[in-house]
Amino acid sequence: MQFVHLGPIDYTILVVYTLFVLGIGVALKRHMKTSTDFFLSGRSIPAWITGLAFISANIGAQEVIGMGASGAKYGMLTCHFYWLGAIPAMVFVGIFMMPYYYGSRARSVPEYLKLRFDEKTRGFNAFLFAVMTIFSSGISMYVLADLMGLLLGWNFHASLLASAIIVLAYIFLGGLTSAIYNEVLQFFLIVLGFLPLVVLGLIDVGGWDGLVAKLNVVAANNHPPYGAGTWTQIWSPLTNASKNPMDVEWFGMVMGLGFVLSFGYWCTDFLVVQRAMAANSMSAARRTPLIAAFPKIFFPALIIVPGMIAMVVSPYTSDSVAKNGAAHASVNATATKAGNAIRTPVQGIIPPKLKKDKAGVEKLVINPQTGKPEADYNMAMPMMLIRYFPTGLLGLGLTALMASFMSGMAGNVTAFNTVWTYDIYQSYIAPGKSDKHYLPMGHRATLFGIVLSIAAAYAASEFNNIMDMLQLVFGFVNAPLFATFALGMFWRRATGHGAFWGLVCGTAAALTHFGLTLPYEGSTSLFKGGWLAFGHPIHTYHSEMAQNFWTAIWAWSISFSVGIIVSMLTRRTKSDDELKGLVYSLTPHAAEGEDVAWYARPAVLAFAVLALTVALNIIFW
Amino acid sequence: MQLDIRIPIGLMFGVVGLILVVFGGVSDKLLYARSLGYNVNLIWGCVLVVFSAFMLGMAWHARKRQP
Repeated sequence: MQFVHLGPIDYTILVVYTLFVLGIGVALKRHMKTSTDFFLSGRSIPAWITGLAFISANIGAQEVIGMGASGAKYGMLTCHFYWLGAIPAMVFVGIFMMPYYYGSRARSVPEYLKLRFDEKTRGFNAFLFAVMTIFSSGISMYVLADLMGLLLGWNFHASLLASAIIVLAYIFLGGLTSAIYNEVLQFFLIVLGFLPLVVLGLIDVGGWDGLVAKLNVVAANNHPPYGAGTWTQIWSPLTNASKNPMDVEWFGMVMGLGFVLSFGYWCTDFLVVQRAMAANSMSAARRTPLIAAFPKIFFPALIIVPGMIAMVVSPYTSDSVAKNGAAHASVNATATKAGNAIRTPVQGIIPPKLKKDKAGVEKLVINPQTGKPEADYNMAMPMMLIRYFPTGLLGLGLTALMASFMSGMAGNVTAFNTVWTYDIYQSYIAPGKSDKHYLPMGHRATLFGIVLSIAAAYAASEFNNIMDMLQLVFGFVNAPLFATFALGMFWRRATGHGAFWGLVCGTAAALTHFGLTLPYEGSTSLFKGGWLAFGHPIHTYHSEMAQNFWTAIWAWSISFSVGIIVSMLTRRTKSDDELKGLVYSLTPHAAEGEDVAWYARPAVLAFAVLALTVALNIIFW
Repeated sequence: MQLDIRIPIGLMFGVVGLILVVFGGVSDKLLYARSLGYNVNLIWGCVLVVFSAFMLGMAWHARKRQP
C-alpha cells in the first residue's frame, strides 16, 4: 500500500486542532484549585456537555475502527451494539442507577461499592479497574500509532509519544473538566469529520437501495452463501446462527449483548459514569446518559454504514477510470518504496491481512477453509477516508480519527487518576491527608497513568495476542460487576461478603467457561479459549462473538446466584439507615427534574429515546 | 464553569471552515475526481462556517442573558 501524501493544508488543520485542545487546558488551569475541581470538575458542568462527553469518552480505539470493521464484516447486525445494547442500558443507568451514584456522593464507582458493601469489594474492583483503564488507554495509543505508520508512514515511536504528550498536557492542566470539554470538541469533530464520508459513499453506491443491492451480491457470493438482507437487516438474519456471519442466534444476542455485556459496561464502567458524576445537579446527572443516547442512536449511520460501503466500492484510480471502465493500476495495488507486499483489496476497498513471518517478511494470511486471503477489516474506515477525501477534507477526516483515539485515551486516564488517588492511594497508601496532599497526587497519577499506558502500548506492539486476550478478559470483569450492582441497588439484604464472593466467582466462571470452550472448530490459539480443555473442549461455538456472549451470560448468572446465596448465609453489616441513598427501597424519591422544562425531564427523554430505538429496530427488521 | 465551551468549538470550526473554503476556492478541479466531482472542500468548509456561527451565536446569546 502506498503511503498517503498529506498536503500542507492537512497538516495545518491538524495543528489548528492541537492548538485548540491545548488552549482549552490552559484556559482551565486557573480553575483547578481543589482535588474536587481536578477529579470531579467541582460537580459544576451542565447536562448537555456531560452528555456529549459521555459518548465521546466511549469512542476509543474500539468505536470508529472497530465498529467500521464490524460493519464491513457483519453489516447492519453491528447495529445491535447500539439499538439493542447501548441505548436501553443508557436509559437504565439514567433513570434507575444515577440517583444512587450521584445521590450517594461517592466520588467513583469503587467508592460506591465501599459505601454500599465493604472495603474488600471496593479494593477488588478498584484494582481490576485501574489495570483495565491502563491497558485500554495503551491499546488506543498503540492502534493510533500503528495506523499512522501504515497510512502516512509516520514513525511509530514519534506518533505514540506525540499523542501521549498532548493528552498528558491537557489533562495535567485542566483535570477532568479539560478532558470533558475536549471530549465535546472531539464529539463535534468526529461527527463533522465523518459525515461527508457517509454522504459521498452513499451517492457513489446509488443510495441506500444501491447499497442493499450490492451487499446482497456480497452475501450470495460468500462461502457459505447467505440470503438477501444479511448485511442490511438486523433481526431477520438472527432466526438461526447459520444464517449470519456473526454465527449468533437471537437469544445469545439479546441475553449476551443486549443484557449482560451492554448493561455491564454502561452501568458500571467508571469511565462513562464519571462524566455524569461531574454534572451540576441530580437532574443533570440523570439526563447525561439520556442526552448522550440521542446522538448514539445515529452513530451507526456515521460509523457502521461507511464500513458497509467499503465492502462494495472499487478503489480510486487516478484518471476517472470509473467512467470508462478501464482497469488501471489502483493506488491500493501499488507497491511502496519500502517494498511492502502488493495489497490488492480482498473485497471492495478492504485490503488483505498481512502477517510478518519469522524472517520479518510480510505475508498474506490465508483462510484455511476458503483458501483465499483474509481481509483486514480494521482498515475499512481508514481506506474509506483515503478513497473519498481530497487533500483538505482528508486533513479534517484524519484529525477526526485521531481525535477519537485521544478522547478514548483521555477518558481512561482521567478515570484512572481518580480511582488511583481516591480508591487506592487515599484508602491504602496515605489515608487521612489534607486536600492539598491529594491534588498534586492527581497530577502525578496522570503522569504515571500516561507512562504506564505507553508501556502497555509497547507491550501491545510486541505481543498482539496477549492484548486480544486482555481485552476479552476485561470484558468479563464488567459482567459479574453488573450482577453485584443489580443486587446492591435493588436488594437491601445483599451483604458485603455476598458481593465480594459473587464478583470473584463470576470472574472465575468467565475464565473457566472461556477456558473450556473453543470459538470455532480447529482453533489452536489458547488466547482464543480452550486453555483449560486440554484438547477436549466441552463445547465449540461457531464464532468468537458467540463465545464472548455466552461467557458473559455465564459470568453474570454465576455472580448473581453466588451473590444471593452468600448474602443469605451471612449477616448484614449495614443498617437500613446507613443504606439510605444507596438502595432503591430505602431512598425517598423526591419529584425529579422539576427544575427543567417538561420536555427535558428524565422520564420524557427516556420515553422519546426508547420510542425512536424501537422504530429503528422495526424499520431495519 | 467559567469557560463557555461553545466559544473554542465555534472558533476552531470557524478557522478550519475558512481554511477549507479558501483552499476549495483556489484548488485545481482535478483534485475532486476522488470525491465524485464535488468540490467538497468548498461545500464542507461552508457547512463548518455555518456551524461555527451557530455555536458562537449560542454562546453570545447565553452571555447576553447572564449579566
